[in-house]
Amino acid sequence: MHLAHYLGLLHRAQLNLADAFRQVGAAHGEEPDVFHLCEQQAKRCDGYAEQLRPFAERYAEEAPAEPDRLHSELFRGTRTGGIGLLRDLQDLYLMAAECDICWTIVGQAAYGARDRELLAVVRRCEGETAMQLKWLRTRMKQAAPQALVVAE
Amino acid sequence: MVDRIADPWGDRTPYGPGQEWPVRVDTFLDAGLRESDVDRWVQSASILHSNGDALDIAVKDGRIVGVRGRAVDRVNRGRVDPKDLYGWQANHSPDRLTRPLVREGGRLVETDWDTAMGRIVARSQELLKGPGGWGHFGFYTTGQLFLEEYYTLGVIGKAGIGTPHMDGNTRLCTATAAAALKATFGADGQPGSYTDIDHCDAIALWGHNVAETQTVLWMRMLDRRRGPNPPAMLAADPRATAVAREADLHLAIRNGTNMALMNGLLREIIRNGWYDEEYVAAHTLGFDELCRTVDAYPPERVAEICDVPAADVRRAAELLGGSQRLLSTVLQGFYQSNQATAASCQVNNLHLIRGMIGRLGAGIYQMNGQPTAQNTRETGADGDLPGLRNWENPEHIAELARLWNVEPETIPHWAPPTHAMQIFRYAEQGSIKLLWISATNPAVSLPDLSRIRNILRRPELFVVVQDLFLTETAELADVVLPGATWGEKTGTFTNVDRTVHLSEKAVDPPGEARADLDIFLDYARRMDFRNRDGQPLIRWTTPEEAFEAWKECSRGRPCDYTGLSYEKLRGGSGIQWPCTEERPDGTERLYTDGVFPTDPEVCETYGQDLATGAEFTAAEYRAKQPGGRAFLHAVDYQPSPEVPDAEHPLLLTTGRTVYQFHTRTKTGRAPQLDAAAPDVWVELNAADADRLGIAEGDLVGIASARGGVQARARLSGIRPGVVFLPFHYGWFDQDPADRTPRAANELTITAWDPVSKQPLFKVAAVAVARLGDGRGVPSPAPTVGGSAPVVAGVPATVGGPAAEATSRAGGE
Repeated sequence: MHLAHYLGLLHRAQLNLADAFRQVGAAHGEEPDVFHLCEQQAKRCDGYAEQLRPFAERYAEEAPAEPDRLHSELFRGTRTGGIGLLRDLQDLYLMAAECDICWTIVGQAAYGARDRELLAVVRRCEGETAMQLKWLRTRMKQAAPQALVVAE
Repeated sequence: MVDRIADPWGDRTPYGPGQEWPVRVDTFLDAGLRESDVDRWVQSASILHSNGDALDIAVKDGRIVGVRGRAVDRVNRGRVDPKDLYGWQANHSPDRLTRPLVREGGRLVETDWDTAMGRIVARSQELLKGPGGWGHFGFYTTGQLFLEEYYTLGVIGKAGIGTPHMDGNTRLCTATAAAALKATFGADGQPGSYTDIDHCDAIALWGHNVAETQTVLWMRMLDRRRGPNPPAMLAADPRATAVAREADLHLAIRNGTNMALMNGLLREIIRNGWYDEEYVAAHTLGFDELCRTVDAYPPERVAEICDVPAADVRRAAELLGGSQRLLSTVLQGFYQSNQATAASCQVNNLHLIRGMIGRLGAGIYQMNGQPTAQNTRETGADGDLPGLRNWENPEHIAELARLWNVEPETIPHWAPPTHAMQIFRYAEQGSIKLLWISATNPAVSLPDLSRIRNILRRPELFVVVQDLFLTETAELADVVLPGATWGEKTGTFTNVDRTVHLSEKAVDPPGEARADLDIFLDYARRMDFRNRDGQPLIRWTTPEEAFEAWKECSRGRPCDYTGLSYEKLRGGSGIQWPCTEERPDGTERLYTDGVFPTDPEVCETYGQDLATGAEFTAAEYRAKQPGGRAFLHAVDYQPSPEVPDAEHPLLLTTGRTVYQFHTRTKTGRAPQLDAAAPDVWVELNAADADRLGIAEGDLVGIASARGGVQARARLSGIRPGVVFLPFHYGWFDQDPADRTPRAANELTITAWDPVSKQPLFKVAAVAVARLGDGRGVPSPAPTVGGSAPVVAGVPATVGGPAAEATSRAGGE
């Protein structure tokens, strides 16, 4: 059963996203909404990872070796300025999108494994990840015209 | 004779449920004048708060000499707030601006209108040349101009320049009211009527110090409380205000925990079955989710988060759950606090699940703070589109484009309108290059003032200030335009309960000062804004023509003004919108049929996630199939972005006194009001003061991570761990050689609600230290209202002979 690999992937993706939220928030402290909401979302991501951990450990016992190129590298540090903010939010968006699709996949696997507990965790968390995507999109829509057309 | 400084609320005229509120006519005239000496009485309404009290301006020899309440009006039945009784004297202040000023060699010098406007227009045209030129403009207006002026400004911004960067200082005061009404009911617009006070059996005041912010509304409540079968009263406020002292139950909750309290109260009401199942099923969406969320807030958990006894949470739920005609009012304790929109929506939820909406006595007032804030919102002079239209709805944009005869692409609708704090951020970053500030004083009123001053001082930023006086903000401007004020110009404005009043010109403005409408129209003319056919974009030239144009814009929208006219507003009472051909007398209560403007074609918003502000799409909104039902929003409590720590162990909240308005631009220049509250103070709980070695009147330093101020201590009934500073005190009347920092906003945090974008003024962490001995002299805090002292020997605040006004019950 390969479910453990995807649980591990999602677990690490959530931790990476938490870390990236913190870095982007700190780098753009002069955008207070970005700072506060990134801090808030980082905590949430930590929480999701924490909820996944027992399942990852349990399924790891039955898992074969981890396949190649399982994990992806989506974040290489923050930038500055108006366009920098946009690009950083876009990085967060892609990382959250990876989590989002992982939730879907893990949710499907949970059905297959008849694992109601895991399914409950997926149900709780996948909606909130979707909301993170929505917030990032909203914030980027607001920032884009000023950053790309108006600012010098 | 009554001293309305010593007693801001005057004598009681008690009445019972279902009775008409008795008339009481309040008058104040210049010393020695009697009513028979007055040449003319000119119809108007109050301008120093949001209540919309109708009054007549007394004119003698071409000069304003006093005011008298209008007995005929539904809002105040003759009563006048002390700020309005005395505040008109500021119109005559010798330091009124009478000529435009421009910056020359670092100094502001007097000039003529052609020169001043010429500079603004030259800079504007230069900025508009390149691609994205619209993005270099920012407009920051107010809640104190007239409807006609806002609408004109809105058209200039949205159809002339095409910029989304327009907001009002209403962002600081009522943005959450609008956001909560939109989120729950689909559109802005106050459901209730002030007459709900006449019929209710319980009043709940959520973070609303009505006794000091809307005194006439408080008089109405007090008159019910002194009459037969009075309504029960619940107050949630960390301070021991006059409201808290009057209430049957006062929940002095920890600042920033409103959400936990509301969730806990809703849980009790649902668990005890005190909700209206039929109403919930027929008229709301989201009840199951609400139940799930609030179930995690038993009274003991609420008690721990909010620091109030669990038994009081239960008692409060009983008071709310047992009432048959519940009236709720909400203001800054919710709007300027943590989770502002989400918590305010819970008040809407309370009424929806109990079916307490749209009928006599069952009402919600999501209050406004300023006299014309409602109009800023309706006309699109803030982060909304005119006529409460939805910026995401292409048909709404097309309507505006047809009305103004411009290309739809001109109208900024690609993203939410830019809120005030973001406008200042763009100015800080340099992409906004022209900032036009009208009738507001951000150098004192925005959070984290040292940052705001640095932005306004940026040499690259061209700052235009339009005001009555050389305010702290005007001092930093490149061009200062002298405005006419209330009594010197004509226009309409709308109060909290949708009552529209006409305010007529009584006297000429001083010197070359001009009505704000004329200033905006002059700018539009000089900029030569044109419509699609090459005709002038704005064709009106008078307030009445502007009002007629606005009526067309409002047609068919929730705030329909088409049944109103200047003629109709003359002589009698104010009239509530919507007012149409079918409803010529206006509309007392909204949603009497339980049908809400949530239909996708009608609604003002497709909704947002209340925790993050994430916008929902049209498709997602339609999928909810609201069908005229209201939304019950459910949100978990989250701690404030700033909570006390070892370095800053106390919580700061800011607010008002009954005697002052905003940054005292007017009230600080009315002798009776100024004398009653002349200088800043800081309120401390006696236990905290004792621990810190602070006595009444001692000089105290208050510091946050942003800055520090000094103030004299008032030992008051505020809850332990919390300190209060009034936000009124800037430096315009301080000695320039000794401007010891005293503005509360030197301390406040730059943070805002994710939905309403209203700054968080109620939750800064601060440290407090004693700096000097008061030598037994009490602080300058008034003894009336929330700043009432707890120690003996503080002389009572009085106005004396100079404040003597008349008050005639029955109007005779």
